Amino acid sequence: MGILTIGCFPGLIGSGVYDFALKLAKASVDKGHKVNLWFSGNATGSVKAKQKHLKDYSTAEKYITELLAKGVEICTCEACTVARGVNKPDAIEGVKWNAMHWYLAKVHSSDRVLQIGGE
Amino acid sequence: MGDVKLAFIVQKPQYKGETSRLGITHAISYQTVEVLLDDGDTVTPKLCFIGEGVLGLQKDQKAMDSYGITSSESHLKNTLLVDLDVLICKEDLDKYGISVDSLPDAAEMGADKTLQIVPFSEIQKAIDESRHVLFF
Repeated sequence: MGILTIGCFPGLIGSGVYDFALKLAKASVDKGHKVNLWFSGNATGSVKAKQKHLKDYSTAEKYITELLAKGVEICTCEACTVARGVNKPDAIEGVKWNAMHWYLAKVHSSDRVLQIGGE
Repeated sequence: MGDVKLAFIVQKPQYKGETSRLGITHAISYQTVEVLLDDGDTVTPKLCFIGEGVLGLQKDQKAMDSYGITSSESHLKNTLLVDLDVLICKEDLDKYGISVDSLPDAAEMGADKTLQIVPFSEIQKAIDESRHVLFF
């Protein structure tokens, strides 16, 4: 099985692209692949804990928690995240915080990379 | 795994959104990636600007004065200071009437590298030679 790294940049709300990235991560890990997920830009706002799932809007927390339990490594860009007012104590437990070089290091060892750009 | 070549392709204009800026900063981060890699492993990026991505790169920007944020010009200079290969598509510069003279360099800051204004065929070559291509 391979190693897939996904760079996810779009925001959670207002973009079906973000939802696609997480669905793809789940499908890949369920097939037995190793998956790394990097949040940057507006996607970093999605690591905030205690999200309320309103059915009219996308949600991230339950999917992120599920992916973490399946062994997906998820890391958020620390600078992008704190710029949006989300700090570590407020974030979903298990999500890593690091700088952009974390993403490049995962890209280095990956068989495939999917860069899902933002707005 | 040794060296892995990456192509960062910026195709969105600076300031319109965050993505194009993130393309630059992600490429710059190659400078510190080795702390997370095994001995002998490296990342070699090429940062390429095509299409609308060539917009907003000119010198004498006043982003800090007007908006209190760093300019794309300063980020571009930083790429040269960390010895990144930066390729800008000549055809797209011509299309938008942007002269090569209007683009910054970082010679006064001690950079050895300069921006490389190249035909798209050179950027295509960089893409072909890369293991992974990241579009911003």
